[in-house]
Amino acid sequence: MLNRIYDWVDERLDITPIWRDIADHEVPEHVNPAHHFSAFIYCFGGLTFFVTVIQILSGMFLTMYYTPDIENAWKSVYYLQNEVAFGEIVRGMHHWGASLVIVMMFLHTLRVFFTGSYKKPRELNWIVGVLIFVVMLGLGFTGYLLPWDMKALFATKVGIEIAASVPFIGEWIKVLLAGDSVILGAQTLTRFFAIHVFFLPAALLALLAAHFIMIRRQGISGPL
Amino acid sequence: MSKSRVSRRQFLNYTLMGVGGFMASGMLMPMIRFAVDPVLEAGAAGDYIPTSQKVSELTEEPVRVDFTYDQVDGWYESEVTGTAWVYKEGNQIVALSPVCKHLGCTVNWASDKEHPHQFYCPCHGGRYEKNGKNVPGTPPTGPLDEFDVKEQDGLLYLGAAKPNTLV
Repeated sequence: MLNRIYDWVDERLDITPIWRDIADHEVPEHVNPAHHFSAFIYCFGGLTFFVTVIQILSGMFLTMYYTPDIENAWKSVYYLQNEVAFGEIVRGMHHWGASLVIVMMFLHTLRVFFTGSYKKPRELNWIVGVLIFVVMLGLGFTGYLLPWDMKALFATKVGIEIAASVPFIGEWIKVLLAGDSVILGAQTLTRFFAIHVFFLPAALLALLAAHFIMIRRQGISGPL
Repeated sequence: MSKSRVSRRQFLNYTLMGVGGFMASGMLMPMIRFAVDPVLEAGAAGDYIPTSQKVSELTEEPVRVDFTYDQVDGWYESEVTGTAWVYKEGNQIVALSPVCKHLGCTVNWASDKEHPHQFYCPCHGGRYEKNGKNVPGTPPTGPLDEFDVKEQDGLLYLGAAKPNTLV
């Protein structure tokens, strides 16, 4: 049945070359753990992406209950965690996944560094990777405020002070982030929510696309 | 006719780029202005806020003075509590902000037993002398901010926080 549906679509739209182009590619022996177990170090990039997908999905579902408003943010998080079925699991996935992304990304960075994969012709992909790292840290920073508990509030106070210490433009960055020059409050929360849920994920997806297109273009770097 | 005539292709290119640029900026300009509004908003001049601290009861030992005021945060209005450390230096009243100049934690007077005559920040061990001067070798990079002060009907009034003038 599924085959016949596929054939029906393929006959009209010729979709086979599209998915072949994406999915059908050679995996060299030196990155295949079935040949050399030590090749598992090549998995960390893929694991980072896997956890990122979990983050995006669990985050989408969290926004079904979460409210970015200082009166209700904490209550909505409390409710979705304690009253909603599997709320603890879904929030737990997002909470632990956030740390796991950073860990996996760091291990991936180490692998790229120690296999020398950042060298010519892959310098641009290293740079895009560093930008992804920055966006991920931004996602972690903005997401941390959203539960609106004391820990979140004071961590953000400290984080914004750090941003404000940037020479010359620090004060602007601070106001842009906080939405007010002295208060860390209602406007900060809505801004952080917007940045966390729309701006940074959009940037992340664009950078990931660039990251992956470059890998396909250049292939996986050779063995040591 | 000049030598470099504009070809049809170039003309179309310029036109499309011009129109496209105009449309793009028409979309982006309102959005960017919308996003940076807090940066461009003029800061309101600080009024003096009354506290319940009697000026006559101030001594040379810093005391914690809490004060409340109405705060407008965008669409959200609330009554918030602020804190100052206040003492008398001769006839002059000194009110220091408790916000640590390292990373914004809250400092306390004499809360570190080893340094009973200094302000101490519990977060990273930052210390300040009584006039707010940061102790070299501890994390803070500058002295504690100072509030404008005035006396009215025997009570202490606090104004806006400003960079320390005593150090």
